[in-house]
Amino acid sequence: MANFRLNGESRELDIEPEMPLLWALRDELGMTGTKFGCGIGNCGACTVHVDGNAARSCVTPVSAVEGRDVTTIEGLATALGGDELTPVQQAWIDHQVPQCGYCQSGMIMAVSSLLERNPSPSDAEIDAGITNICRCGSYPRVRKAIRALASA
Amino acid sequence: MTETTSKPKISRRKFLLVSAVAGGGVLIGYAATRPSRHRVANDTLAEGGERFVTSWIRLQPDNRITVYVPHSEMGQGIHTALGQMAADELDADWELVDIEQAPATDLFANDAIVKGFGEELLPPFLMGVVNASALTVARVANLQTTGGSSSVRYTGENTIRVAGAAARQMLLECAAERWGVPLAECSTELSHVHHSASGRSLAYGELASAAAELEPPENPVLKERSQFNIMGKAISRRDIPPKVDGSAPYGIDAHSEDMLYAALRLAPVFGAKLVSVDTGEALAQRGVQRVVELEDGYAVVADNYWRAKQALELVEATFESTENDNVSSAMLAERFDAALAGDNGSEDFESGDADAALEAARDVLEASYRVPYLAHAAMEPMNSTMHIQGDRAELWTSTQDALAIKARAASTAGLREDDVTYHHSYLGGGFGRRLPFTWNVIDHAALIAKEFDVPVKTILTREEDMRQDYYRPAVHSNFRAAFDSEGRVTAWHNRFTGPIQVPGAAHIPYAIPNQSIRVVDVETHVPIASWRSVDHSQQTFFIESFIDEIAHRGGVNPYQLRMDLLQEHPRHRNVLQVAAESAGYGSGLPEGHALGIAVQESFGSIAAQVAEVSIGDDGRAIVHKITCAMDCGWAVNPDGAEAQIESGIIFGLTAALHGAITIENGQVVQGNFPDYEMLRMATTPEIVVHLVESGNPPGGLGEPATPPVAAAVANAIYILTGQRIRELPIGDREFTQTPSLATID
Repeated sequence: MANFRLNGESRELDIEPEMPLLWALRDELGMTGTKFGCGIGNCGACTVHVDGNAARSCVTPVSAVEGRDVTTIEGLATALGGDELTPVQQAWIDHQVPQCGYCQSGMIMAVSSLLERNPSPSDAEIDAGITNICRCGSYPRVRKAIRALASA
Repeated sequence: MTETTSKPKISRRKFLLVSAVAGGGVLIGYAATRPSRHRVANDTLAEGGERFVTSWIRLQPDNRITVYVPHSEMGQGIHTALGQMAADELDADWELVDIEQAPATDLFANDAIVKGFGEELLPPFLMGVVNASALTVARVANLQTTGGSSSVRYTGENTIRVAGAAARQMLLECAAERWGVPLAECSTELSHVHHSASGRSLAYGELASAAAELEPPENPVLKERSQFNIMGKAISRRDIPPKVDGSAPYGIDAHSEDMLYAALRLAPVFGAKLVSVDTGEALAQRGVQRVVELEDGYAVVADNYWRAKQALELVEATFESTENDNVSSAMLAERFDAALAGDNGSEDFESGDADAALEAARDVLEASYRVPYLAHAAMEPMNSTMHIQGDRAELWTSTQDALAIKARAASTAGLREDDVTYHHSYLGGGFGRRLPFTWNVIDHAALIAKEFDVPVKTILTREEDMRQDYYRPAVHSNFRAAFDSEGRVTAWHNRFTGPIQVPGAAHIPYAIPNQSIRVVDVETHVPIASWRSVDHSQQTFFIESFIDEIAHRGGVNPYQLRMDLLQEHPRHRNVLQVAAESAGYGSGLPEGHALGIAVQESFGSIAAQVAEVSIGDDGRAIVHKITCAMDCGWAVNPDGAEAQIESGIIFGLTAALHGAITIENGQVVQGNFPDYEMLRMATTPEIVVHLVESGNPPGGLGEPATPPVAAAVANAIYILTGQRIRELPIGDREFTQTPSLATID
């Protein structure tokens, strides 16, 4: 049995402890906002928050989140205060960041976690903290949006 | 489908269609299909009171407007851009405009693309669609293709704007008649018709049903640019809000409680057939339902994708051996070189007498270039979900052509096209990978789904996605240039390996009097297809590097040589000048930095790019900034245009710095991002974009920014180091800076 809280609600799943959280979310719980990109923790499309910290769910076994708080893109706004959109999500609209958008759930989760820890990151800190892949190349806009959030 | 209460009135000459909608309202469209096809479709496909209309625009009694867009949204912002084009011609209130993906039926097909490219000169990426369309009644039809940077250029300019303008004119006529005033006294604004003399106005919705009774105008007048209210504005994209909260559906997100998941492994050597599988312990694993054998691979089907993927590793398979089992990239390179040495190929472009000029030359410059295969590596791994129940099926997959992919899945599953319902989704990247006739795994997914009575989602692992792609072709290209006694270039002699996918990509705009450009086709077992900007991505690297070599050999500034040889191409000169001035060409740069320049016309737009590069302490090239000037005629959505240019540059730079798919033992070596590296935040340079308005019709924007960047970077590296990059990717190559050369710039 796997037990964790997902976006504030307790979940109990009869699954293997080594099943990556990504597939528990997508296939067992139908939470498809979190994306499969590489399966090896390299691209970041599957990024979620575990106890508020960014984690790559495709290489995080459910056993590692036992009893912990998991937040996905669907629950991000609620977890950070309950507004309809978080400042990061709103900045993503204001700066027209996404293109195909497939990587953006993970990108937004990674950036939200970075800004939580460091509300005003330098460019070098952004580079080190955000290693997600965006094949469409939204990086200049991701940076612009983060800078705007940092100076807000 | 839309129910209508009266027969469509067809203006045969102009292909404009008008139809009343049940419950009030009107559909106004530009017939993608010929009227005869339209009638055939209505006679054979419509049920009960339904009437099919090729509807681009629907006006509703509540004054809302729906624009049906036949192209796929893969991040290029096409839904918003085409919506803007319709809404502006209509003088609509943008807030009252909804945009919907047109259903995957041939009545929403799209032969404006064919008209745009010219029926006789279809680009190869469309040929498969045209040849294989099962529903084809006319010779060319059944297209919902998104590719070739064509949506705004052809669908938008040739059909959606026409439909919008026709609708506006009909609404004006209805209002004038109702008020009994001359039409000339009426005007339109924000989804209303106004009669200022009497102070009266009517909402479009109040006129929609009456408009349905009118014949559409034969020649609706399109707006001049000065009249645009919605086009030309940086309007927020409609597809972005669902992409920030996880709600945007992609093909891979199709989900049901009872669905099964398939993990697929295909023959690692392209073209090999499966001999046998030993399922080992796979079937004993939790959740595993079956191992499905296919002609060229096998799948494990389970109740969770991870379980299927884990069990896949337990299956041992034997594939038949093929003549390609020991083929390597090195062998293919030898084959390419031998072909170029041994065959004069077939004509691509000839003018003057290049051989004679080379004979008479005072100096001859020779160079051989090559680029590797590239994978598309869209972020959403290729996948398809199909639910086959008896003789009907439902299909979910991200595709650049819903109509054709539906036809392909139906044909593979042995179903009628009309019995397959396609569910639209966003695409997690396209880049040419999701065109219908290179979307190979759709067949496997259909065959697997046929074995079950619940929906089955087949997903390629990242490794399979990378190893079972249709690749950007590897190309070798040999050049010779002749110089006369004055140092002027007199001949351009080029032999490159084909096949050509985009005719003309190897042609040059430069006024060199004698040119001989020929292609030698070389066959390999590696599947190839369109990759963002297609042949331009390789040919622009070759051409714009070699013209730079010519400049340096002749002792002429590379920018100046281009300007000198582009007297007949003012648009090229203009973007070169804008990019060069913006980038600080010829003025003071930070110490150790140099600028490289390149220009290319593709898909109706002209891009000049300047790369600012330095060599780091570790000897590696650092790209600091790319400045791009783009003449795309004019941009429907300037912010969207800039996003596409940023994207195209990063895509091209990723390839230039990192991209290589190599072959060993007949198989692709690379499997995931660590060995097929992408640009990321830390390695993406500053990008400066200038949209240069030339007053020409809108050009493409999804692709034209990709081609020039590799040559721009390589040309800067030459200035810094004296080393000429003739092979991509640049990769981890270490350079030694040669300061003396930096003064050439």
